[in-house]
Amino acid sequence: MKAAVITFPGSNCDDDAFDTLRRFGGFEVQRIWHKDRPSLEGVNLVVLPGGFSYGDYLRCGAMAALSPVMEEVKRFAEKGGLVLGICNGFQILCESRLLPGTLTMNESQKFICKDVSMRVEKSGGAWATGLQVGEVVSYPVAHGDGRYWIDEAGLGQLEHNGQVLLRYSDASGKVAADFNPNGSTANIAGICNERGNVFGLMPHPERATEHRSQHGLKLWKSIQTVLTGGAA
Amino acid sequence: MSQQRIDDLQPSTLSMALSIGLSAEEYHHVCRRLERTPCYAELGVFSAMFSEHCSYKSSKKYLKRFPTTGKRVVQGPGENAGVLDIGDGWAVAFKMESHNHPSFIEPFQGAATGVGGILRDVFTMGARPIASMDCLFFGSPDWDRTATIVRGVVRGVGHYGNCVGVPTVAGQTTFLPCYTRNPLVNAFTLGLLRKDEVFRGYASGIGNPVIYVGAKTGRDGVHGATMASKEFSSEGELERPTVQVGDPFTEKLLLEATLEAMRLGLIVGIQDMGAAGLTSSSFEMAYRAGTGLEIDLGQVPVREPNMSAYELLLSESQERMLLVALPENVSKLKEVFDKWDLHSEVIGKVVEGNSVRMTYQDRLVVNVPVELVTDPPMADRALVPPGDLKQRWFLDRNRLLSTSIAEKFQSVVSDFNFASCSKLVEQYDSMVGNRTESGTFDDAAVLRLRDIPEKKVRLALAADVNPRVCWLSPREGGRRAVAESALNLATRGAEPIGITDCLNFGSPENPEVMWQFEECIEGLSEACNALKIPVVSGNVSFYNDTDGNAIFPTPTVGMVGLIEGPEALPKASFYSSDLEIALMGPLEAGLGGSVLASRLFKRECGQPDDTDLAVVERMVKLCMKLRKSKIEAALHDVSEGGVVCASLEMAFHSKVEPLGFELISPAGAEADRVFFGEALPRMLVAYAPSDRVTLENMTSQSGIAFTVLGQTNESGEIRLRQGGANVLQQPLAPLKSAWATRWGKLFQ
Repeated sequence: MKAAVITFPGSNCDDDAFDTLRRFGGFEVQRIWHKDRPSLEGVNLVVLPGGFSYGDYLRCGAMAALSPVMEEVKRFAEKGGLVLGICNGFQILCESRLLPGTLTMNESQKFICKDVSMRVEKSGGAWATGLQVGEVVSYPVAHGDGRYWIDEAGLGQLEHNGQVLLRYSDASGKVAADFNPNGSTANIAGICNERGNVFGLMPHPERATEHRSQHGLKLWKSIQTVLTGGAA
Repeated sequence: MSQQRIDDLQPSTLSMALSIGLSAEEYHHVCRRLERTPCYAELGVFSAMFSEHCSYKSSKKYLKRFPTTGKRVVQGPGENAGVLDIGDGWAVAFKMESHNHPSFIEPFQGAATGVGGILRDVFTMGARPIASMDCLFFGSPDWDRTATIVRGVVRGVGHYGNCVGVPTVAGQTTFLPCYTRNPLVNAFTLGLLRKDEVFRGYASGIGNPVIYVGAKTGRDGVHGATMASKEFSSEGELERPTVQVGDPFTEKLLLEATLEAMRLGLIVGIQDMGAAGLTSSSFEMAYRAGTGLEIDLGQVPVREPNMSAYELLLSESQERMLLVALPENVSKLKEVFDKWDLHSEVIGKVVEGNSVRMTYQDRLVVNVPVELVTDPPMADRALVPPGDLKQRWFLDRNRLLSTSIAEKFQSVVSDFNFASCSKLVEQYDSMVGNRTESGTFDDAAVLRLRDIPEKKVRLALAADVNPRVCWLSPREGGRRAVAESALNLATRGAEPIGITDCLNFGSPENPEVMWQFEECIEGLSEACNALKIPVVSGNVSFYNDTDGNAIFPTPTVGMVGLIEGPEALPKASFYSSDLEIALMGPLEAGLGGSVLASRLFKRECGQPDDTDLAVVERMVKLCMKLRKSKIEAALHDVSEGGVVCASLEMAFHSKVEPLGFELISPAGAEADRVFFGEALPRMLVAYAPSDRVTLENMTSQSGIAFTVLGQTNESGEIRLRQGGANVLQQPLAPLKSAWATRWGKLFQ
């Protein structure tokens, strides 16, 4: 299994993703610089890592969405390749319209870094094979602009299509405003596209693999299972 | 700065020199040695480099007393950061630095650029920064600007560190009235590197080009070093234009580009343009290498038109580096910096001789011997102990005895400093880089080095100082800063291997301040010698006075420890409701300099107990042994607020519910001294009762007292007993809620 981690200027979780996928995800991992237009031939998973691409000086992810490499990523996604965007990577996916909605400044107006619990909203597929609906996973969040926003019609679509994969909850899986760290619409922590091959989330599964909850292992396991022809 | 434009070549005068911070003696010294009057641009060079901030003219002779050698020391003080060998070809580079005045004038940018500066100091050495700590000292929370300063500083630290991607993993936050108009921001960064790939600030190799890289130069921060070298008046706002503006995005690019160029072997010598910018970096690099330089200031990338040589020399624009390379590598170097969208410009070359010559627009604007600039005359400051020391040490025993334990408890737990730091530290990314195994809320942070997975070694970091004790007894304060940091590391079973210090004091022109300084240095040195921990880097920040009032002496220590072997870390909180709680170390401790004395008498008072450093060393070893043993135990160091606050913290950080605990001051002991006393080393340990005998034996074999104080339970209460009598019983929930929310109002 091959994964590619893309580095934009200002990415700062690229090395974390690289290291985690290599040591715990069972991937052979290559690094890609955003100015390059590499062939993604043979790559199974593309990861857009966390960080502050272009310093977040425009809207988060807006500049990175225009990087040359994103043309390749879009083509890769159109062909059904798996794309995972974590934190800033999620913002880039939204800015490049690979995922609907947008991410805005946290309701508190402050950067927040802490462990959060999330309820699994959908089982199966590349991202949740082996996980059960209602199961709770805990990853850390670390963001200033993690408030997912989508209009009502869009939200209806997401819910109808089962595109909401993770929602902020308490440790028992109860979803309520009190457990929403950033004011996201409908407590949304992570969504996928309609086809299910592009997944973006604000929390960091790569930080919950060796340390902390180690629930991130479940995500890598799911991807492995699906890529190696297991249940999808 | 809207100062009257003076031509770079205009001959200087004494009054000009005095107006930009040089003394008459210093000015005459320069004229005598130059055998002429320096021109205005040259005067700027001398003014910046002779400033206290750059020259260490008041402190240098005392700093020499620190032990700076040891088997792990790869690079001691004098470089951008110190370097220690951690084995198997790996090393760590670290340093702590202050950014105090800028953080008062403009808290957000001041703190942010403080973090930026220390990050550059570390990656200049060739190390990838992997963790930061921040030690923040703020004034009275009742002052109307304190909350604004706190918010700005915390946001600034977070903004810069989070964006560059270096986690802030530990630190200290203290509120005391002496910092009201003079907050302290002490930033620490540690980086990881190969031991044989250390880069240094040498302008070596005659004919080698000198290259400017990073952000363009503007007028910001002109004379920042001079600002840091004088007292403040409360009209400090007028200084705002001298505060630099930070751009963490550019810093991140500079970090990656620099490390890439180093990896490719393209760099001979390198230095960050920090305080006194291009001036200090060029002169210091030439000084270390014993070479001369020729610089064309016209080649410096600028972002503002019509800058004078004076301004180019003294600008403290951020995110810039000066480096020296072989001529054949210049184009490759340019490629690397181009890749990261950064400027790189050849601005000069290394030459024979011992002078730095700088031209600007075809005029020779600086031509001075290197040593004249880098070896300024040292200041010989008077030292006088404060006359009222005895009064400070007076502690009203009768008043103490006539106050009930319950009242004392109330006063200690309602201290503003007894608070959860979560509101603050959650604004920092404490995990980016994915090495943080534990941190932020514990006595010390622990990093796992995923970069060397085959090597089962972890790093522990802690920072500490107790300013109250430093004011009452500077020598003891110095000892405690080191001992306390070592004990913080010990709670994680780590071995201390080195320190960096950030010495924050009032004006060195005040003899009492200089006495405090010398005493603190003595205390720090005593402790470093006793514990065999070298000082490898550091920084001195004088002139922390506003309107003539000096801060308490604040020698902040940042300490690095090693944890070898795969064994689990000791726990940090009560992990079950059926544990026994014991105190390792002296059962009773003095109240001099304690939180209790401060709260009860509304002033800092009493003579702090002297720390027995031999016992501290044994305690550190005992904790290391404890981690290696099979015994499961939670450890927490007893410091401010004594056993009462330490035990409450172990309860508040616990996830066990329901949880309560009981502590008993044994018959014959003085309960005040057991519960509220503050002396080192004392360590709370909680364990399964069946492990008591083993633990007690281990402890006494180390020559350390062991007293069972009580146990955890399911009562949901704290209960204190004195012999057989119940002296306090309170539910934990409201106490925890007050502790958790105490600092919340600062961030609303």
